[in-house]
Amino acid sequence: MTRVHPKTKEFIAKMALRGIAAVVILTLVSIVGYVIVKGVAVIDLKFLFGQPRSMGREGGVFPFIVSSIYITVISLAVSIPLGLGSAIYLTEYRAEGWATKVIRFGIDCLAGIPSIVLGLFGFSFFVKFLHLSWSLLSGGLTVSLMILPFIIRSSEEAIRAVPQSYREVAFAAGGTKWQSVTRVVLPCALPGVMTGIILAIGKCVGETASVIFTAGTSLRTPQSVFDSGRTLAIHFYLLVRETGASDMAYGSAATLLIAILSVNFTAYYLMRRFLRRVS
Amino acid sequence: MNLTRDRVVSPILFAIASFSITALFVIGVFIFVEGLPVMLRVGVWKFIGSSEWLPLEGKFGILAMIVGSITVAVGTLVVAVPLGVGCAVYLSEFASKRAVAIIKPSIELLFAIPSVVYGFIGVLFIVPFMREHFGGDGHGFNIVTASFVLGIMVLPVIVGISVDALQAVPKVYRDGSLALGATQWQTTTMVTLKAARSGILAGVILGMANAIGETMAVIMVVGNAVVMPNSPLDSVRTLTGNIALEMGYATGDHRQALFATGVVLLVMIMMLNTLTRYVTRKRVARQ
Repeated sequence: MTRVHPKTKEFIAKMALRGIAAVVILTLVSIVGYVIVKGVAVIDLKFLFGQPRSMGREGGVFPFIVSSIYITVISLAVSIPLGLGSAIYLTEYRAEGWATKVIRFGIDCLAGIPSIVLGLFGFSFFVKFLHLSWSLLSGGLTVSLMILPFIIRSSEEAIRAVPQSYREVAFAAGGTKWQSVTRVVLPCALPGVMTGIILAIGKCVGETASVIFTAGTSLRTPQSVFDSGRTLAIHFYLLVRETGASDMAYGSAATLLIAILSVNFTAYYLMRRFLRRVS
Repeated sequence: MNLTRDRVVSPILFAIASFSITALFVIGVFIFVEGLPVMLRVGVWKFIGSSEWLPLEGKFGILAMIVGSITVAVGTLVVAVPLGVGCAVYLSEFASKRAVAIIKPSIELLFAIPSVVYGFIGVLFIVPFMREHFGGDGHGFNIVTASFVLGIMVLPVIVGISVDALQAVPKVYRDGSLALGATQWQTTTMVTLKAARSGILAGVILGMANAIGETMAVIMVVGNAVVMPNSPLDSVRTLTGNIALEMGYATGDHRQALFATGVVLLVMIMMLNTLTRYVTRKRVARQ
């Protein structure tokens, strides 16, 4: 066996790695690009604001967009106060010790639960035990359990990134702990916290497994949080399962992706501003 | 006044922070209470050791589904680990700063793509490709197809965590190796990758947990037949798929058996999470 010169090896390795990186990025980008290009042709005002016809195979997707918004708003309304409160407690109010260890263990485990298992729980707890039936409220509460760990972690990171000296200044000016948190730390950490929340929105909108057994699949436009509703992601899933690739499926997928990507671009922009301010 | 408020705030925040662990407890109780009775009636070993799943005749054995979940998860790693770690090594060790500034956030953006979209791409492209070129019993809906779909799906997770792990390796390690005359590639394989090993492993385990926990994308491409697979081109059903496919109409014992499937799934995920903890703890201890 001839020994390959290290420099040659280096050259081959670099080319191979560059190739791998290119494959990864091209695959992911072309998936997004393909779905959006095929779907945008379907999207018009009639599609976005129209009512579905023939079990959702034709017509518009308005009820599904409304349901998705309901689920997102409910789950954020629950998980933002809980998540931010937990993050403040873990970073500002409690020194690392057994209590934070137990709480963090709980958060980690909660983050690991597959969404279909959360769906089972949501079904037996919210739908049956609390008699909320198949409703947007049951669905939103179930999804809030899914995004809570995510919001806690990102808020914690943002709060930790605020320099210690800011807090010391607040104390030196005679502020209490709560004043230093609400008037100094939180305003500084806000862009980071917002980034986490916005990324969580993407997860709410795209979630299917846990929502299908808690919010149901009704085709009607929901009138209140106690109504059953079909989210856009679930509608897309059912369409593909029933009819395969259709114009409606492409349109729904593109609507989903455009909504999620625009929300994520905002988050990325905020994050950049946040990083610039901290450093 | 302000000080009193301060004293009130702390217990309230403690209550809020305890919510996660309370929720975890309640979730565990509800899943186990619904799932355990039927599991005990059938016999735990029979439930997880038999592959006879005939819910209408009261036969509940989920071995085929356990095997299905594991084979799909392993296949996912076979696809995702070389690509993901390779991409991470490129980004962290070889790419220019400008390339990283564009590529890393775009990979993170892709983390937010709904899993059903990946499943859709699988149905559109990978299933017909597999059917035409490889055939098999699943007609394109098989383990390999699911592995590719999930492999692409977990790529952003593996790349993200591996890049973080590689970048956490102190620069002096690399400098030391380069000063000894090693090439950049030798430094990467002999020093940097070794130092980042546990972090990358944690990312790989998390990717595996994601693959086992994924539901809708898998259902769309894996065929969902309740059989023991003999080849990678066979159709299988995963634990998650079993719950999602039958929950809509199951009642009585059948529904409880689906909760019991959830119990098994939960135990498997918790085992993987414990493994991640163990892997990352060892790194902390060594430093």
